[in-house]
Amino acid sequence: MTDQPKSLLRFLTCGSVDDGKSTLIGRLLYDAGCVYDDHSAALAADSKTVGTRGGELDFALLVDGLSAEREQGITIDVAYRYFETAQRKFIVADAPGHEQYTRNMVTGASTADLAILLIDARKGVLAQTRRHALLVHLLGVRHVVLAVNKMDLVQWDETVFNNVSQSFSEVAQRIGLAAPVAIPLAAPQGDNVVKRSTHAPWYAGPTLLDYLNRVEVETDSALAQPLRLPVQTVLRPHLDFRGFAGMVAAGEVRPGQEVRLAPSGARTRIARLVDTDQDLQVGVAGQSVTVTFTDDVDCARGEVICAASDPCEAADQFDAHLVWMSDAPLLPGRPYGFKLGAQKVSAQVTDIRHKLNVNSMERWAAKTLELNEIGLVSLALDRPIAFAPYEQNKDLGGFILIDRIAQTTVAAGMIRFALRRAHNIHWQALDISREKRAAAMGQRPAVIWLTGLSGAGKSTIANILEKKLFAEGKKTLILDGDNIRHGLNKDLGFSDADRVENIRRVAEVARLMTDAGLIVIVSFISPFRSERDLARRLMAEGEFFEVFIDTPLEAAERRDVKGLYSKARSGQLKHFTGVSSPYEPPEAPDLRIETERLAPDQAADLILDMLANARQAGEA
Amino acid sequence: MAEPLDHLQRLESEAIHILREVVAEAERPVMLYSIGKDSAAMAHLAKKAFYPAKPPFPLLHIDTTWKFQAMYAMRDQVAQSGEFELLVYKNKEAEARGINPFDHGAALHTELWKTEGLKQALDLYGFDAAFGGARRDEEKSRAKERIISVRSANHRWDPKSQRPELWRLYNAARGPGETLRAFPLSNWTERDVWRYIQREGIEVAPLYFAAERPVVVRDGGLIMVDDHRMRLGPGETPQRLKVRFRTLGCYPLSGAVESEAETLEQMLAEMDRSQTSERQGRLIDHDAAASMERKKVEGYF
Repeated sequence: MTDQPKSLLRFLTCGSVDDGKSTLIGRLLYDAGCVYDDHSAALAADSKTVGTRGGELDFALLVDGLSAEREQGITIDVAYRYFETAQRKFIVADAPGHEQYTRNMVTGASTADLAILLIDARKGVLAQTRRHALLVHLLGVRHVVLAVNKMDLVQWDETVFNNVSQSFSEVAQRIGLAAPVAIPLAAPQGDNVVKRSTHAPWYAGPTLLDYLNRVEVETDSALAQPLRLPVQTVLRPHLDFRGFAGMVAAGEVRPGQEVRLAPSGARTRIARLVDTDQDLQVGVAGQSVTVTFTDDVDCARGEVICAASDPCEAADQFDAHLVWMSDAPLLPGRPYGFKLGAQKVSAQVTDIRHKLNVNSMERWAAKTLELNEIGLVSLALDRPIAFAPYEQNKDLGGFILIDRIAQTTVAAGMIRFALRRAHNIHWQALDISREKRAAAMGQRPAVIWLTGLSGAGKSTIANILEKKLFAEGKKTLILDGDNIRHGLNKDLGFSDADRVENIRRVAEVARLMTDAGLIVIVSFISPFRSERDLARRLMAEGEFFEVFIDTPLEAAERRDVKGLYSKARSGQLKHFTGVSSPYEPPEAPDLRIETERLAPDQAADLILDMLANARQAGEA
Repeated sequence: MAEPLDHLQRLESEAIHILREVVAEAERPVMLYSIGKDSAAMAHLAKKAFYPAKPPFPLLHIDTTWKFQAMYAMRDQVAQSGEFELLVYKNKEAEARGINPFDHGAALHTELWKTEGLKQALDLYGFDAAFGGARRDEEKSRAKERIISVRSANHRWDPKSQRPELWRLYNAARGPGETLRAFPLSNWTERDVWRYIQREGIEVAPLYFAAERPVVVRDGGLIMVDDHRMRLGPGETPQRLKVRFRTLGCYPLSGAVESEAETLEQMLAEMDRSQTSERQGRLIDHDAAASMERKKVEGYF
């Protein structure tokens, strides 16, 4: 093994254990001489005791350390293996094929230059094969090898091989996948894996390893594109130096080059490419660099340094493919964290165009996406970002969605195109400002958001509070859950998705009313933290007050003013908060009212005190 | 058009990208420094990632008091170079109880000095992200490790709550009390680390190169008699053999191999001829009760 510079190829293997995937990977590692002697000894011993090949070397055992972990309930997304030849270093992403398959395969495919789809020669192209091909295409893996395995079990029959590769070509064509290369092989014996098979004189193509060694994947159509350099961090060791550090996502960067920043739009020139020993003359796609500018322009983490002649687009609404990766389903309208490169914003799914059945390739209508489902959705962000369609650039078109409370990654997405250019949309400027309206009302607008279980006493307290405010001459309005559901929201049910939309509409209406100068009392169960946070973010600073009407479930159920709890308990009412649907209590409400200790009248006084205090604090 | 990057340049760029990303998202990062070759490579990458600024985090050595003399010398040299702030932490309880590999066994020794020591140090300084030099090729159970892994408030690794990792996109968001472990060398192999050390001219402890050293044969391995605290079993007599180490840790737990490779070039050539995994010499992995998986759940790096 020489130590000359080598290229790097990352590939993904798709197929289930039955197709001989582990055996194939084990065989590649073993025949490429990349299994350590002590591991080989362990393999020989394990093959005798737990092997499935009658004491002969069972190559699957080299990579199959996973069964014990599965028993322990450990999720294995993707296992990574490494081997090298004289020409190349390989990183193999191995996604185990169980029920989490879509999520795993998508993760493994996201970094792969090439995918090996494994097929059992006896079974031919199955639904599973189509699913693999579809996901590989969706993630933009450019090269596909069809490994037709177990050829020994069909007596190396050329017709079988031709039929299988022919029917796969048809599938590939339908999906839009580039022409795959098909190789007949028998993994346990190593035929056509590394050594040419003596059983298939009719096959003139390369062995699998030959192909992997030679295929041109120069990752890097990205190399030929205009410069894109997302800024990860700004280096300021002292006042006279500002360096912008990041990994080049496309093209080349050189000193003297004219650049434009996106989304900010500023123009400047590259002064230096700073490195430890001496400055670089060029930085290419995939390279981590630090640059300086000739001018003192503003540039923070998240900006993308672009070729001035051909800068990145910026937009805040997109159509994108979304792969849902969380046990909790997608809720349209709910705000999620959105990360693309070094840009972090807030995003909502505004529409699910369709979901994709990965087995039949049919498009279905959908109101939500569940774990491992894939959909085409529209997204709205809270501010514009610099991007490229995923097809063009994975770094600038691939994103993740993050749950704002658990901070977990709930989805991976691929931007298809922008729905409208951000620079074309403007808020309609209004001549009468909200400040003028509020001044005319002689009051500061506010939203008092009462949240709590059904029967906690929200409506009662809201009524008393409004009377007291009215008596003080304030202009007020109550938005009550039950009433709104008769009108504005009568098209909505009680599923989680509808509850999110219910609250989103109410929050928007409440905001419009504060624009008009009103004090709005919202009396809604509003069970989810995310939507209450959404409401808070919609309102002006200091005008939103979350009041938790805290009644223990037992107490609310005991009162059962509307008889709803008994209906819910008997199963007549589905999705009932506290019984068959969750309530997420506020973690830091502006005020918490324990109804077991306070009368409704006292509760209303507490809320008035809170408002008065906030006003004083605001004026101080 | 310029040349595409070779595989070492791509690994280097990936590691630098990870270092910068975690630094951008964490409040108080730290780099664990074990004085071994992986740490040497990581520290070098840190210098490159933030040059001309100093790396915006300290190095942290979790000391067990049982490292090789030559490792302490190397550590002092790094501290004196002024290129990094270097913190050293010793678990007070382990120190008070005199925990050592001879009386207490490899498992307890490692748990108290390293696992507990690390947790204490992270809490003491309030670090919310720690870089480690672990690689996925080291051991079967590491093959599925994330590049960025989330630990609960009490530093436990919950295998069920690990996040999917796509593209070069890392979710470094943390809930209250949660901390991160980040592994910039995840995709490197042992050979890559050595080739990088060679290409960049990075200094490593001389223990990695063959020299005559006093050793005893124990459990089939060669253990170096590094200081007077080494306890000899009945019939064990130190002999001088030409040996080198593939991994460094506590000297009574680190097995040497006989070797003639006095330089990096000779060592790479020797690696090509004989292929054993570097963990073979690591006694803690052979301890039957201590699987890597379990140690990780408890908070071992």
